Amino acid sequence: MTGVSRRKFLKTTGAGAVAASSGGLAGILATGRAPAYAQQTTVHWLRWNDFVPACDQLLRQKLLPEAEKALGIKVRYETVNGNDLQPRITSGIQSGAGPDLIMLFNNHPHLYQASLADVSDVAGEIAKDQGGWYKLCSANSSSGGKFFSMPMAIIGAMNAYRKSWFAEVGYNEFPKTWDQYRDAGKKLKAKGYPIGQSFGQSFGDPPTFAYPLLWSFGGAEIDDKGKVVINSKATVDAVKWMAAAWVDAFDEGGLAWDDASNNRAFLAGTICSSLNGASIYIESSRKPEQYKQANGKPMKDDILHAPLPGGPAGQFGFHTYTSHVVPSYSKNVSATKDLLRFIHKKENYDQWFSTGLGFYTPGTTGWESHDLWKKDPVMAPFAVAGKLGLTPGHPGEPNAKAAEVLTKYLIGNMFAAHMRGQKAEDAVAACEAQLKKIYEG
Amino acid sequence: MAVAASTSASERVIVAKAKWRPLESERNLAWLLLLPTMVLLGLFIAYPFMRGLLLSVTDTRVGVPGEFVGLDNFRRLASDPIFHAVVWNTCWYTFVTTIFKLALGLWLALLLNRSFKFKAFTRAFILLPFIIPTVLSTFAWKWMFDPTFSVLNWMLYQTGFIRSAINWLGDGDLAMLSIIIVNIWRGVPFFAISLLAGLQTISPDLNEAAAIDGARPLQRFWYITWPLLLPVTMVVMLFSVIQTFADFQIVYVMTGGGPANATHLFATYAYQLGVGTGLLSQGAAVSLAMFPILLLIVIVQLLYIRRVEVR
Repeated sequence: MTGVSRRKFLKTTGAGAVAASSGGLAGILATGRAPAYAQQTTVHWLRWNDFVPACDQLLRQKLLPEAEKALGIKVRYETVNGNDLQPRITSGIQSGAGPDLIMLFNNHPHLYQASLADVSDVAGEIAKDQGGWYKLCSANSSSGGKFFSMPMAIIGAMNAYRKSWFAEVGYNEFPKTWDQYRDAGKKLKAKGYPIGQSFGQSFGDPPTFAYPLLWSFGGAEIDDKGKVVINSKATVDAVKWMAAAWVDAFDEGGLAWDDASNNRAFLAGTICSSLNGASIYIESSRKPEQYKQANGKPMKDDILHAPLPGGPAGQFGFHTYTSHVVPSYSKNVSATKDLLRFIHKKENYDQWFSTGLGFYTPGTTGWESHDLWKKDPVMAPFAVAGKLGLTPGHPGEPNAKAAEVLTKYLIGNMFAAHMRGQKAEDAVAACEAQLKKIYEG
Repeated sequence: MAVAASTSASERVIVAKAKWRPLESERNLAWLLLLPTMVLLGLFIAYPFMRGLLLSVTDTRVGVPGEFVGLDNFRRLASDPIFHAVVWNTCWYTFVTTIFKLALGLWLALLLNRSFKFKAFTRAFILLPFIIPTVLSTFAWKWMFDPTFSVLNWMLYQTGFIRSAINWLGDGDLAMLSIIIVNIWRGVPFFAISLLAGLQTISPDLNEAAAIDGARPLQRFWYITWPLLLPVTMVVMLFSVIQTFADFQIVYVMTGGGPANATHLFATYAYQLGVGTGLLSQGAAVSLAMFPILLLIVIVQLLYIRRVEVR
């Protein structure tokens, strides 16, 4: 790694320690205790409250104790609401103290690039071992070949829907176009089961729905040269479609939903379909006794996954991407990187990935052929989430500016503004003004 | 004896004068007693305020020290439609909640001022909304207003008042109404207890005398209780307006400023910009923009209080 051979290491540490009258590694081993510095190294890891709680448990109860043993460090594992990760890293960077390893969503790492340690070495090793990173990962986590965040996994966003209900209104297959989706939703809403979709100010579901909807109508916030092009007929059409469909086919409470609301509504049987990570299906599979259909059979047997419908310009996907950053204020950068290496080691990562049952799609190509994807056909569509997912700002770069647009919820709020009664053209123009301030200064 | 004692005392004083006793000077003692407060105010009010002021004239982002940009951030706010909505939301929120908190709080105080069984217990109980940590109680309210599982909707539905669910937090106006309701719920006890304290300082003799003279209850309230209570009322209102204007927790927990920024207040918008997105200077500018408005309100109210007290 750094060109220090084992022999040289023993010699040096031995020589230093001999002077101190103890005896290098031999001395340390004789005392039967880890050296003092290692005892004190505590790596503070901050992640979200996992939508698959079993993954949190696996880390807490198995992988992290193993890591502590293998690396001779202490790991303090903390979880918070996903929406609180950004405030935490901001306060950490500003105060120069905080967690050593922080999970972030999508292209958020770009916002903090100046204050993040370079993790290219770890990212490089893992890519070499497990296949290259998907473009989605490298675009969100790196810039100019330098990785300032370590890709963890992609949370594939697919529509979880009730197969039998869609069949009842004539859709034996999931709708392929937005208009079909609206038609199906309208019929199901009349029966009391609208489509559920969050349009609140939250990190996950609202943007993963709003961005592809915009793209599929031919709209985009910027073009590939970075020029703001939001104010187009395509965008206005998308915004108008959404507001009309909202009344016809969607649960109108969605404007106040966060990322967990659709899970609760779906599992309670009040909505027919919702764009989601696989957490609804996974939860219903884990507790088939608790979540049932009206006929008493497990709800999981009536759930299928399908990608979002397409529009005039095609079909698009935006999947919530997760990665970890090591802020440069951390005093344990090297220990933290070792922890990352440990977690991403094939046999360890496999346990975590398998516990997630496909909720998390790994960021490297090597995992596409994993057995997990063959086990359950309902989960199979998630295998390609990393391959097909686009990044915020598409077709432009997912840089800090696109991250600012994302964290200010500007695209989702543009749709929501028209739903709340603002004229579609005005909502788009207002969004354009905001985007211009961000992109053009 | 007495003479001897006094001579020895005066001797002692003379001896003492030779020593350095700085605290005997009233001036020094005053400064010393003020010092802890000044340090606290300096650390937690003046320093953050100055930092905010300095931040707001730069283009600092998280982790990137900015350069001086003058009033650019404020200029940006002037043309920011979300900020315009924020100003309106905050003023409306403060105005409506203060009126209701005053009316309901005064009513409650008048009731509590009467004699009845379990008086002490009831008075303590009334304070509950004020005592419970706001974040916790707001979470409970959030569930009561939940779009899918609202217990309020369930009750209204079961009793036949509504046919379909009320979209409490998903509709901009209703979301504003919801946070107003929660703020009033939390704030009424503060008004009630403070006004009750004020009521108890009013001598019952005055009311009795007026009653003997034939004044009806409403007249007694309007011509005796209300004018005597006015100074307390104004001070309570002043506190409440300042707190409500800078409110954060209720909105942050209930709506996060949504739907589509319909319930953003100064504090939540500043937080979203500064801490959420990392645009520290813009966040600082938003929270500083609160200052002149608040200052105006405080000056008007303080002048009014002085007038009332002089009268």
